[in-house]
Amino acid sequence: MSVGNIYNYFSSKDILAREIIKYTSEALGAEIRKVNMLDISTEEKVKKIVEVYFGMAQKKPEMIDYFLRVYLSHREVFSDDCEGMVCVSGFITEIMIFFDDGVASGELRNQDFFSAFGLFMGYLGGMVFLKGEDILPKEINAYIDDISYNIFHALKV
Amino acid sequence: MKPKLLWLQSITCNGNAHSFFNHPDFFTILSSFELIHHPFIDTDHSFQDVLQGAVPCDILVLEGSFTESGFTKGGIEVSHLMKTYANKAKHIVSVGTCATFGGIFKQKDPDTISGFCFDGEEKTPRYETYASRLISLPGCPAHPQWISFVLMMLASNKKIFIDEMHRPVELYGYTVHNGCTRNEYFEWKIDTKGFGLKEGCLFYEQGCQGPHTKGSCNKILWNEVSSKTRVGTPCFGCTEPHFPKTALFETPTNMGIPRTMPLGIPRRAYLTTTGIAKSFKIKRFQESIIKYDS
Repeated sequence: MSVGNIYNYFSSKDILAREIIKYTSEALGAEIRKVNMLDISTEEKVKKIVEVYFGMAQKKPEMIDYFLRVYLSHREVFSDDCEGMVCVSGFITEIMIFFDDGVASGELRNQDFFSAFGLFMGYLGGMVFLKGEDILPKEINAYIDDISYNIFHALKV
Repeated sequence: MKPKLLWLQSITCNGNAHSFFNHPDFFTILSSFELIHHPFIDTDHSFQDVLQGAVPCDILVLEGSFTESGFTKGGIEVSHLMKTYANKAKHIVSVGTCATFGGIFKQKDPDTISGFCFDGEEKTPRYETYASRLISLPGCPAHPQWISFVLMMLASNKKIFIDEMHRPVELYGYTVHNGCTRNEYFEWKIDTKGFGLKEGCLFYEQGCQGPHTKGSCNKILWNEVSSKTRVGTPCFGCTEPHFPKTALFETPTNMGIPRTMPLGIPRRAYLTTTGIAKSFKIKRFQESIIKYDS
């Protein structure tokens, strides 16, 4: 596909940028939704979500990279029609459901959503960032068990 | 011939009788009936006559929670009186949440105190016997116009369409959320900053149960003027089988997510629209509704 052809479908770079983040969010959200639907403990769900996130970082690194290095770092591109959670609602909604289920089941401590969200996603994003900078001595999947343990024990009752 | 109306109280605070007294057409409505007995109005029959089970009854209005034994009047178990007149009546109207589901007084002894035909959401042993004649009017208290609606429909021999808990659908088909003046704040997820303010929604932090409580309080206003949520007090869910809950002025949340969703709204749908609505800052909703010139 030629560059020019892309503009038959997306009338500007900004619109293309927004569609990419929506696509990435929906893709991640769909995978986390599958985890949310499983009849397993919250601790097991934490591990599966970490596996989903790191799996995507390995198989489709451009998607996670786009999220960290474009979406989060260039908010001005997304200021119109991507306010707040609008373009990432697919992903955020599933994380909210994960937290809601975890508290309802008595496994997670009831706390401010953003405190928990920042801990969970900041941790994962940080690890993927380090991977992207080629700083991690091991493959990212090698860290799944420890990171899952740390996250669950930080959030649990 | 006017239907014979008997208003019988069990374990009650009299709230529903008081509520009905506030109906602007109270005496006109009562004139459609032959009043056999009412706790506050003199009739041709004494309470002794009622205790003997000797008075006629076409429409039995029950007010108050039910207990099989341990609550007597004039030495007679009230449960016996209720069943005696329920057997005679063509229509049984349980007025108030206590008579319908157990309500406030059920909290005293949840194992032995209930509504007449419902114990919370469950049917009592009396349900099978009386269900065909039962109309439920839960509320704490029931709205006077809900009471008059049912009584006048019965007096006119008109069919009252009811739901699975025998509540008239024309009164309880709505949620309390319908017609609340704060609906716009609900749509855009704007919390109110406190009680009694005109601005903001009471659902997110102040415990309002309007979005998941059946009732028409914001359609048929109290005193023809207003409602709890309109004046800035949360709905307590007083028409529902599990009333009263605790912590009525706080919204129970899991990490900021309301534990109870608006009626019939899937959680995923609610969270998606909430996230998107909260992304926008609408200037008009940050300001007072009424701005007075200084």
